[in-house]
Amino acid sequence: MIEMQDVWKTYPNGTHALQGVSVKIDRNEFVYVVGPSGAGKSTFMKLIYREEVPTKGQISVNGFNIGKLKQRKIPYVRRNIGVIFQDFRLLPKLTAYENVAFAMEVIEAPKRQMKKRVMEVLDLVGLKAKANRQPAQLSGGEQQRIAIARAIVNNPSVIIADEPTGNLDPETSWGIMQLLDEINFRGTTIVMATHNKDIVNTMRKRVIAIEHGNIVRDQLRGEYGYDF
Amino acid sequence: MTFNTFLRHLREGAKNIFRNGWMSVASVVSIIVSLFILGVFILLVLNVNAIADKADKQVQIRAYLNLNVDQKLRETVQKEIAAMPEVSKIDFISKEQGLEDFRKSMGDEGKELLEGFNKDNNPLPDAFKIEVYEPTTVPFVSKKIEALNTSHAEEQPIMKVKYGKGTIETLFKVTRMVRNIGFIFVAGLGVMSMFLISNTIRVTILARRREIGIMKLVGATNTFIRWPFFVEGTLIGLIGSIITVAILFTGYDRLAASIGSDFSLQMSLLPVSELWQWGGLLIVLGVLIGMWGTTLSIRKFLKV
Repeated sequence: MIEMQDVWKTYPNGTHALQGVSVKIDRNEFVYVVGPSGAGKSTFMKLIYREEVPTKGQISVNGFNIGKLKQRKIPYVRRNIGVIFQDFRLLPKLTAYENVAFAMEVIEAPKRQMKKRVMEVLDLVGLKAKANRQPAQLSGGEQQRIAIARAIVNNPSVIIADEPTGNLDPETSWGIMQLLDEINFRGTTIVMATHNKDIVNTMRKRVIAIEHGNIVRDQLRGEYGYDF
Repeated sequence: MTFNTFLRHLREGAKNIFRNGWMSVASVVSIIVSLFILGVFILLVLNVNAIADKADKQVQIRAYLNLNVDQKLRETVQKEIAAMPEVSKIDFISKEQGLEDFRKSMGDEGKELLEGFNKDNNPLPDAFKIEVYEPTTVPFVSKKIEALNTSHAEEQPIMKVKYGKGTIETLFKVTRMVRNIGFIFVAGLGVMSMFLISNTIRVTILARRREIGIMKLVGATNTFIRWPFFVEGTLIGLIGSIITVAILFTGYDRLAASIGSDFSLQMSLLPVSELWQWGGLLIVLGVLIGMWGTTLSIRKFLKV
């Protein structure tokens, strides 16, 4: 599903964000990526959805060689990857419904199918009743749910979540985690970078720890393992 | 692209104009300002050209014949002049006709002055009135006519060739200069307005970098992202240029009417009815500027 072989990433300013990372993530796994700030977690995530290209080494996602992908093929690979961020990244002038439908318009899904599917995922994230609200009229947790709905609406095989609970209070965070767990249960691979110790230690999943651009720990049903 | 997607692009493009509120207004205004200045210059150049053309057409050569020239020689000379490739028209003006014309041009004052002259003591020579295709060839043609005295060395038929030397040459210089400066100005303003507009649109796009980023993230192709912006730019260009043409032509029409009714000025502006194609051109230009501006500004945001 996702495979990295000796991946290096050096930024133009000389920072070695990743230094020879090799890892394999299988279909339907739920993986936490943990580690101190600046350890390379974000770079690790960005490489998967081709926001960045590796300086050296190979990455394959769903069978595509991400590093060597032609510019015009990138959109088609991204359609199979849902991405969720700490800051939600919703379009402020669109309603919740429109924000989710947007991801389907982009892949030119038929209109009738679109309406049905958008309502379906809004229902799944529990916001069917607030479909016509704009992001500003929703709470942080609700906005993140809309972002999740947008990420899953096209049935991607993998979801990349970069600190999805970073801006949310503990209670709301738990709601989001239950939702992601549910999505994972339905068959979607989830790779989630997080600083949330409680969540990692409670929901025992595979944990990959990155420090100084290297994977220092990779445990099934692991622990957070840091004090921050 | 499916038809539904195409409709979506049109809808989104139109909606974006409203969503962007003041930025759209700014773009439209910048198009209006540039196109308006451009339009004023175009109208100015057109009118100067029209006046210059009119003046050009009035440029004639008069060749006066010596008194000894008989009808046969006169006809030979007329044929020779008519045969010159630059000459468009040649009319013979007899001394009687010349006197008549002179009287007419002098009006009431001339009546007294020319009273004593009649058929028998007419002091004027016979003459040819010659028109040429290209006014700039006037001095050259005049020389050629004078040169007829060389080919008819014995008779020396030509007394004098006149064409208002100094005035005409100055007129040519002035009209040429006005045209050239006008066109340079118009071209320069055209380029300037394009940059102005592409910058305004760039600012709009800058404000929407986030939106473009999200579109890319959910897997939108570059074409898909570009289309609504393209529609938006085109519409902004269209709206701006239609407003410009409306303002410009209404104002021009008023001006033309007020000048036309003022008899002390011996000139009139070209009527609006003859200028519609230029209005059309401005609209096409506005649309192109809008399209070009967006295409140019969005390119660099699509590289991620």
